Amino acid sequence: MTPAISVTGLTRRYRGQLALNDVTLDLDPGSITGLLGRNGAGKTTLLRILAGHEFASAGTVAVLGACPVENETVLRQMVFVREDQPYPDLRVGQAVQAASWFYPNWSHELAGALLEEFDLPLDRKVRKLSRGMRSALGIVIGLAARAEVTLFDEPYAGLDPVARQLFYDWLLADYAEHPRTVLLSTHLIDEAAGLLERVVVIDRGRIVLNTAADDLRGAATSVSGPAIAVAEFTAGRSVWNRRRIASQESAVVAGTLNETDRARAVALHLHLEPLTLQQVVVQAAGAPAASQQERTIA
Amino acid sequence: MREMAGLEEGAPLFVQIAERLADEIADGGLAEGEQVPSTNELAAYYRINPATAAKGINMLTEDGLLEKRRGIGMFVAAGARARLLGERRKRFAEHYVEPLVAEASRLGITADELIALIREGSATL
Repeated sequence: MTPAISVTGLTRRYRGQLALNDVTLDLDPGSITGLLGRNGAGKTTLLRILAGHEFASAGTVAVLGACPVENETVLRQMVFVREDQPYPDLRVGQAVQAASWFYPNWSHELAGALLEEFDLPLDRKVRKLSRGMRSALGIVIGLAARAEVTLFDEPYAGLDPVARQLFYDWLLADYAEHPRTVLLSTHLIDEAAGLLERVVVIDRGRIVLNTAADDLRGAATSVSGPAIAVAEFTAGRSVWNRRRIASQESAVVAGTLNETDRARAVALHLHLEPLTLQQVVVQAAGAPAASQQERTIA
Repeated sequence: MREMAGLEEGAPLFVQIAERLADEIADGGLAEGEQVPSTNELAAYYRINPATAAKGINMLTEDGLLEKRRGIGMFVAAGARARLLGERRKRFAEHYVEPLVAEASRLGITADELIALIREGSATL
């Protein structure tokens, strides 16, 4: 199976600063991947290079098997929706129409339904729209394009939780009927967690985690209770982080716990709580470079 | 977290989907021979990736609890309910009795007191 996106040894330098450092990544066609990481980690740079908006300093990029730069065949099968997308001086209806001409898989039906759902005024100038409405327009185009490769870079600036919920629900519904390769960069990990099949975490220009989202669920557990009992339980285990107050301690233990472990925790009067996807990702992204090896999961 | 019809983030979602369906089969909500919801229906209801829902269904299929009818969909296999109830009875001690006894001893409740409490509890059911 040819990967929908294939990046090898990708490096991007800005005046001596490494925005991307030897990034290698393959994404299968027909999957939704979350691109996660802190601000400035390199997420937008990676997406811009995939979209052909920017060049790599070193390494190779293939989208649908070909280099995306000035490659019309690829560009018509790829949509890139980013935060604060600039539009030429157009009205909403014109922007949507222009997109419908460009993308061969465009769905007029879906575009119409989404424009109505997000309450977008067709005759309003795009630059007169509020920030949230501009984001909604980007989402309409990104979904209605039904492009084989769909890149969303924090697509919801200014959108309230209700509108974001609409975005997730429509993405999921249309993706189910028309599978494609979606790469979604986001900070709102817990909101998007259920959608994601894979999770790629970038930290300081490097990929620090690339795994099936479900493998992260339950991959670490917070153990808390009397410090002596926590020490006994965590002895010999990989511990990510410990916090202590008076005689109480809370530790994050990596790895899945089995029934025996759980019974032991009950006997030691310990409280177990699985980490959410967001918490696991924060642990992974917050790891200092030197100790990343030991934070590898699964 | 986004509302996912009661799914939790702490365990693999496909396992939770399989557990939900197994619960429904055990409770008789999904009768033997009945069609189970499609992958896309499950994905839309739980707000999860369709591939994740499919993985949950596959897990039950591999266990022989669901069976595929080509071109129609997935159905609850014959004998699925009895098998699930049998497995659950076996795990009852581990999942319910052991934690109960552990908590009781922590609170200083004797075995006799615990038995009396269980009698009282089952009388009110």
